[in-house]
Amino acid sequence: MGEYLLRRLALAIPTLLLTMSMVFILARVVPGDPALVILGDQASLEALAALREKLGLDRPLHLQYFDFLAGILQGDLGRSLVTGKSVWLELLSVLPYTIELTLAAILLGVLFGVPLGAYAAVHRNQWPDTLTRLFSLTGLSFPAFVSAILLLLVFAIELRWFPVISAPKMDDPLDRLRHLALPAMNLGLLMTAYVTRVSRASMLNVLGEDYVRTARAKGIGARAVLWRHALRNAMIPVATVVGLYLGTMIGNSVLTEIVFNRPGLGKLILGALNLRDYTMLQGLMVFFAGFIVLANAATDIAYGLIDPRVRYK
Amino acid sequence: MSATTAVAQAPQGWVRRFRNNPTSLVGLAIFLAVILAAVFAPWIWPVDPLEQDVVERLVGPSLAHPLGTDSFGRDVLARLLHAGRISLLIGISSIALAMLVGSAIGIAAGYIGGWFDAMVTSLLDVLLSFPTLLLGLMVVAMLGSSVENLVLAIALTELAPFARVARAPTIALKNRDFIEAGRALGFSDLRLVVVHIIPNLISDVIVVASLWLAAAIRTEASLSFIGLGVKPPTPTWGGMIREGFENILDAPWLAVAPGLAILITVLGINLLGDGLRDAIDPKVRND
Amino acid sequence: MTEAPILEIRGLSVEFRSEGAWHAAVRGVDLAIQRNQTHAIVGESGSGKSVTALAVMGLLPQQSGRIQSGSIMLEGRELIGLSEQVLDKIRGKQVAMIFQEPMTALNPTMPVGQQIAEAVRAHRCCDASSAWNEAQRMLDLVRVPSAAQRMRDYPHQFSGGMRQRVMIAIALACQPRLLLADEPTTALDVTIQAQVLSLIEDLKREYGLAVMFITHNLGVVALIADCVSVMYAGEIVETASVNELFAAPKHPYTEALLASMPRVDRDGQLEPIGGIVPSIREIGAGCTFAPRCALAIERCHSMRPPLMEVAPERTVRCWVRGVAA
Repeated sequence: MGEYLLRRLALAIPTLLLTMSMVFILARVVPGDPALVILGDQASLEALAALREKLGLDRPLHLQYFDFLAGILQGDLGRSLVTGKSVWLELLSVLPYTIELTLAAILLGVLFGVPLGAYAAVHRNQWPDTLTRLFSLTGLSFPAFVSAILLLLVFAIELRWFPVISAPKMDDPLDRLRHLALPAMNLGLLMTAYVTRVSRASMLNVLGEDYVRTARAKGIGARAVLWRHALRNAMIPVATVVGLYLGTMIGNSVLTEIVFNRPGLGKLILGALNLRDYTMLQGLMVFFAGFIVLANAATDIAYGLIDPRVRYK
Repeated sequence: MSATTAVAQAPQGWVRRFRNNPTSLVGLAIFLAVILAAVFAPWIWPVDPLEQDVVERLVGPSLAHPLGTDSFGRDVLARLLHAGRISLLIGISSIALAMLVGSAIGIAAGYIGGWFDAMVTSLLDVLLSFPTLLLGLMVVAMLGSSVENLVLAIALTELAPFARVARAPTIALKNRDFIEAGRALGFSDLRLVVVHIIPNLISDVIVVASLWLAAAIRTEASLSFIGLGVKPPTPTWGGMIREGFENILDAPWLAVAPGLAILITVLGINLLGDGLRDAIDPKVRND
Repeated sequence: MTEAPILEIRGLSVEFRSEGAWHAAVRGVDLAIQRNQTHAIVGESGSGKSVTALAVMGLLPQQSGRIQSGSIMLEGRELIGLSEQVLDKIRGKQVAMIFQEPMTALNPTMPVGQQIAEAVRAHRCCDASSAWNEAQRMLDLVRVPSAAQRMRDYPHQFSGGMRQRVMIAIALACQPRLLLADEPTTALDVTIQAQVLSLIEDLKREYGLAVMFITHNLGVVALIADCVSVMYAGEIVETASVNELFAAPKHPYTEALLASMPRVDRDGQLEPIGGIVPSIREIGAGCTFAPRCALAIERCHSMRPPLMEVAPERTVRCWVRGVAA
């Protein structure tokens, strides 16, 4: 297991390098003249030149690249053009909200999605299965902000069960919960739709496997076959898939935060966009790129923990 | 999806299997309906989507305006239909672009192999798991929000699945005997790829295309919602929802109509894509 | 005085669903197996051999297979119609089955020892550690070296032959009376095959098992069987003791099978059987083998021959050969 762990982490390093290079290309090379992008084409030539110097855009490209990488290695993601504060600090200030929301959504998604999908698989082609598949497909077709708006309309505006604007007081747990409820429900439902589908497919796959037949032949009882043999093996792909879903989840989360006006990474990104806070955007890109690479590695490692075939190769 | 089965068991009878599946037909029907509505929009509801009417602002559904009017007095139904054109256009263009470029990358990686392949694969993995919204967002932010840039940005987010689905069969096929034989006869690599490898990929690529078209439309809508979409006053579904959201307390229906439009379109395409996949690759059949 | 057979099948018919319609996959199978006896069922792929065994275990695929008629008596008790709960008590305890592909027939994420112990605990209520010890004893019994250490290993860490031994350990953990072996050595190398076969033989003698051995390999039949039933297109076409079958086959299909086998003591060309096995959808009115049979007469094409007893314990399903003495 230790060897597998080291191998996987070692693979992450060149991937990180490659990814950061892509971010650099996207941020510096693609826009042509970032200064123009930031200030717009009405800006004076002096303002443009000043900005270029300030951001180090007038230096040769390969030197910019090294500065960029060096900065990342030191944990420096740059400074916001608008507030002047370090991007990293701004991130940290909103991270608790985002993490809270993401964890709640994952919890809901897995808690509801896994059993629902397995149940549908066991009752294949009967009405629970058809209903579940319909629900799942519909959930997958909803753009996150559409479902968020619908939830907002129904539960917050019409029924007034939950607050319309979600800026909770962090020290009051009940208040936090009330503000967390609708956004978490939105993300949770979307994730449930996804997990259900995967769980069902995986369970169907496993139920058709030979070892399930062997287990039945042992006479241990249908329940034991389901829980001990089928479910456990069916969940392995679900674990990886949850890791893959993280990317979609972040996107959904951003949209949800916007709709519910909830503090978090979403608002940070939106603010940076509206105010043309270029360095903030770049810093955020670096953050997300690094996060995704590490999350992928973590998922692979978790997979190794669950499936012994991967470990003992 | 194993390439050997793709070659050995070519998807014969997929039309029949597709026809026998009721949900696939529903998906096809919805998709066709949406396309027809978009193409014939000006004739179905001949109202100018851009025409403002200061008097009739935020009016609810009526005979003259079956879906009401927005905050500028523009007819919502007309805007809805025209927005469909834009959204579909952007979605389909981006998928086409992603299909061409992505498949090419995948085939190249699979065929060339070695470190090139390893590098491309690890990049593709990151691209695939990167939040599509954020990726599209960054690209549009850097390039500016025009239709062309939107297509480019969304195409970028859709590259990876095409590259993946093109790469796997290429790897499996390139070592097969008949390719070796072709090389021995002096055929160029390009010819081998075009004549022998590409035909085996087509069905898989089409399935991926249909499944990701839905994603493309969702991404475009999300980007428009954030404000990075096609600039107003051109209507897009996402943009209409954005405007509806701003007026949500006064006129909630403004956000619901385009939301439903997106939902129905995406659902139809998903059903279609699922149906195609089930028909072409029956191992995963849900019978 | 001959005791009652451990397994007695009468008129078993099993149907499978294909593209919406039900078709008979096994028709009118009669079979009896005694204690300490190995009864081989021979036939090509698709002849219905595995289906028969699965029917005995009650393991037909629920949505696409069903027993249409007949009786399966295990130690005098009728199995058809029993509920799943009752069948669960019988499976593993009175009748056990081993399968063809040991790679896929074992749970890849569960240690091997646990898979054996699980069978023990299901039927002989004992605590975890006793079950574990018993499982280890079984692993030893099936001649897996270093059994104690290997208890914690996973199936993919074993070779094919070793995996099959694990399967045998699981099957015999609760000392059943009847063992159904569905082509257990087909996926193994010839040398390993011999080892596993001899293991099964030894265990059969030790436990006094009745064994139903399914195979398409006549060589294996010659090696281990006491009694043989030949199946074709879902029917038993001949039953005989192993010596009689090889020395004097009666059914034209059996003859043709033997003739198509390569033999050490014969030179010359192999003679394949002309034609192909009919699919379950294409079964016609007469004898199923008639289209390919050199001896076929008018009657063979229009009327299905019943199983006819030509001698004690010797049956043939043939209009031509069934009546001649």
